[in-house]
Amino acid sequence: MNRRTLLKAGAAAGGGLFLTLGLPPLIRRGLAQQPPMMNTPLLPGAFIRIAPDNIITIVSRNPEIGEGVKTMLPMLIAEELDADWANVRTEQADLDPAKYGFQGTGGSGATPSNWEPMRRVGAAGRAMLIEAAARRWNVPAGECRTEPSLVIHDRSDRRLSYGALADQAATLPAPELAGIKLKNSGQFRIIGKPTPGVDVPAIVTGSPMYGIDVSLPGMLYAVFEKCPVFGGKVVAANTDEVGKMPGVRQVLNVPGDGDPMGQFQAGIAIIADTWWQASKAREKLQVTWNNGPGAGQSSADFAREAAKLALTPAALTTRRDGDVAAAFGRAAHVVEAAYSYPFLAHATLEPQNCTALVANGRVELWAPTQNPSAGAELVGRTLSVPQSAITVHVTRCGGGFGRRLMTDYMVEAAWIASKAGAPVKLLWNRKDDIQHDFYRPAGYHHLKGAVDDSGHVIAWRQRFVTWGNNGAFAGGADVGDDNSPAGLVANYELDVSFIPQVVPTGPLRAPRSNALAFVSQAFLDELAVAAGRDPLQFRIDLLGPPRLLPGAGGGPPGFPPLPGLDTGRLRGVLELVREFSGWANRAALPAGTGMGVACYFCHRGYFAEVVQASVDKSGNVTVDRVWAAGDVGSQIINPLGAEAQVQGAVLDGLAEALGQAITIKNGSVEQENFDGFTLLRHSDAPPIEIRFLTTPYAPTGLGEPALPPVVPALCNAIYAATGKRIRDLPIDPNALKAG
Amino acid sequence: MAYSVSINGKQHSVDADGDTPLLWVLRDLLDMKGTKFGCGMALCGACTVHVDGAATRSCQTALSSVGSSRITTIEAIGETTVGRQIQEAWIAHDVPQCGYCQAGQIMSATALLATTPNPTDAQINDAMYGNLCRCGTYPRIHAAIKHAALAARGPA
Repeated sequence: MNRRTLLKAGAAAGGGLFLTLGLPPLIRRGLAQQPPMMNTPLLPGAFIRIAPDNIITIVSRNPEIGEGVKTMLPMLIAEELDADWANVRTEQADLDPAKYGFQGTGGSGATPSNWEPMRRVGAAGRAMLIEAAARRWNVPAGECRTEPSLVIHDRSDRRLSYGALADQAATLPAPELAGIKLKNSGQFRIIGKPTPGVDVPAIVTGSPMYGIDVSLPGMLYAVFEKCPVFGGKVVAANTDEVGKMPGVRQVLNVPGDGDPMGQFQAGIAIIADTWWQASKAREKLQVTWNNGPGAGQSSADFAREAAKLALTPAALTTRRDGDVAAAFGRAAHVVEAAYSYPFLAHATLEPQNCTALVANGRVELWAPTQNPSAGAELVGRTLSVPQSAITVHVTRCGGGFGRRLMTDYMVEAAWIASKAGAPVKLLWNRKDDIQHDFYRPAGYHHLKGAVDDSGHVIAWRQRFVTWGNNGAFAGGADVGDDNSPAGLVANYELDVSFIPQVVPTGPLRAPRSNALAFVSQAFLDELAVAAGRDPLQFRIDLLGPPRLLPGAGGGPPGFPPLPGLDTGRLRGVLELVREFSGWANRAALPAGTGMGVACYFCHRGYFAEVVQASVDKSGNVTVDRVWAAGDVGSQIINPLGAEAQVQGAVLDGLAEALGQAITIKNGSVEQENFDGFTLLRHSDAPPIEIRFLTTPYAPTGLGEPALPPVVPALCNAIYAATGKRIRDLPIDPNALKAG
Repeated sequence: MAYSVSINGKQHSVDADGDTPLLWVLRDLLDMKGTKFGCGMALCGACTVHVDGAATRSCQTALSSVGSSRITTIEAIGETTVGRQIQEAWIAHDVPQCGYCQAGQIMSATALLATTPNPTDAQINDAMYGNLCRCGTYPRIHAAIKHAALAARGPA
């Protein structure tokens, strides 16, 4: 892959500098569920506008779901542009791969994929402004320097603002991005400074900015009833009766694409003058469904099937090192245990929605999406409209967590709008949202591990019963040959069995890791206890000497491939959290209170976390405090954003462990709203202490890697407090009752 | 039927069925999008407004029940001293992540400080219990409420 990037200059509308660049392909893994959007061709895009009044507008190409990219990406450009941040305005890009390259949010990918390219854009802009000033003053460009939004020539004591230079800069040839010199970290004025979110003033005053807030002239509102059983189809419905309800314009039988777990399901859509009228009419809707192949599924049956499969030959051996059976034969301690975790919904607080206008052969969408390209492709395929006729306006998202990598709501809105003759806002209610998700897959693990008489792990065998058919994993239900602690235990075996199912699954924040870390780090704790070892030192010993393990592979050419585990970096965060959590003093905690530790490497980031939890006589768990140590490389770009992501990830993991489960009965989801599917509440949030190690590696993302360790750390803390081992999520207080 | 409702100090005439929730009157009939829809069952607090100063879930408040009560929404809460102090504290603590729940959080926090200018941790926990944040901004919400309470007391 030729990583040469081009910078083009041209006059922007309204005057001022207008920079464009081409981008390298971006990371593939972490968004692996979405291959089509990763095939976006590499084309140039525009990022910077400088107005004569010195207001600098910087475009953020990635969708904002609360992870802070709309602040962070412009910070990178502004830093090297040497812009005065106070006069920087940021703008959310519409979908335009020709201008911006890849525009998805997921996989904690924004930082590693933008750290250099966005800074180079800014540096090129700065070089052009310097060149413009040098020509105007007739001095060598090398004698000029910049202060925020100013070019200065010290020898003649002259200075010009970027705004005064922008028009001239725009006429200059652009430098090669690859050859541009970047600042060293000691010269940073913006990167590394706590920088509040750019949209916060608008958020606290209630300004419209989310998908649900979109309003168009003549807009109608739609609700969409799908079969409670995944993949069910409409046999008959009382559409005439519903059509007579107040405000109702149309009642549509939506065919869907026929795939029981696909993104375009069948159902009945009601279009009305207001969303409330459409919802009221929906109460009268009676549909006879053909439930299809998913009818009769239940979580209880899945669990029984998983227990049976664990005893039968595996469908797949993912990895086999050494001789596990022989190692068990010579072990000092052997531990066996079964672990399980449930399906989880994403429950973004803004329910899924999309506004669509389909007219004159064109489709215009306003979508809160992490994945606008995939949405446009799905819509184009479904409506037989070329990509060139589809516009996607990316709105701020009221949460994402991976849910909005799927674009079902976009294709539904577009299909419905194509029949409406007017713009339509499709809005799901909460029950739609919880019962028609692409769930974090449940999973079942049977483990057998062994330690020798010196207290070291010598064998690990894991049978993973997951979802899929004939060796093909369902979405997000996969496991790699790097599954921890693979590579650290000489005798290691990982086998997989599959249960076929009709439950749509997909990525949830820290996909795979959010569940696999629970299993491996909780079972590791069992081995540490069996060996009579300090669980934290036990982990350090398991990591062994600092070295880089082979990665799972992947990553496109021309972009840094996903690295494997660096044992030294994981050890580093373990040592840091040991120090500032007061781990050594945990024996002094009162009865019923304990500390647990866990560590994990995922999405290029390293985290070790200690949880202190207390369990009362009724089995109620209180999380007293969490300590999180992270290593995401050489630079925390925005300390305020970084802290927020770690706090959020920790609380997200605690909520999952303490109470979340989606269960299936008679083919449909049992939970309907936040009473059945619980989120953490204000009073449940413990204090969280966060520290980062600075290490000499390129910075990586923080949306995800802080989540996985907190779940096993909590479970291990509960063991320390009660002597009771949590092997099934969510944590059941009844199982923790005293006596 | 037509109802006359007082919102942010202004009378609005609304022609809608009496069972229409105030939330949808605000959002879709009056185009005030700041108040958010989260659950439709008073389980999340995203739709919190003030009805005569009391934090109220607008998704469970029928238009016909509003009568002559004074409604205040996020769009106007900054016109009150406490509301402005809360908004400033939210900015100072960079509270929002996705931001979707924050209008409701701010309305509940403002109602708390309006009646309890110096709340204890337990009072904050109680008052904010009904407002869910999916992103996990609770630590900063808590700190921002304390910050605003301190600001309201002025220099010592």
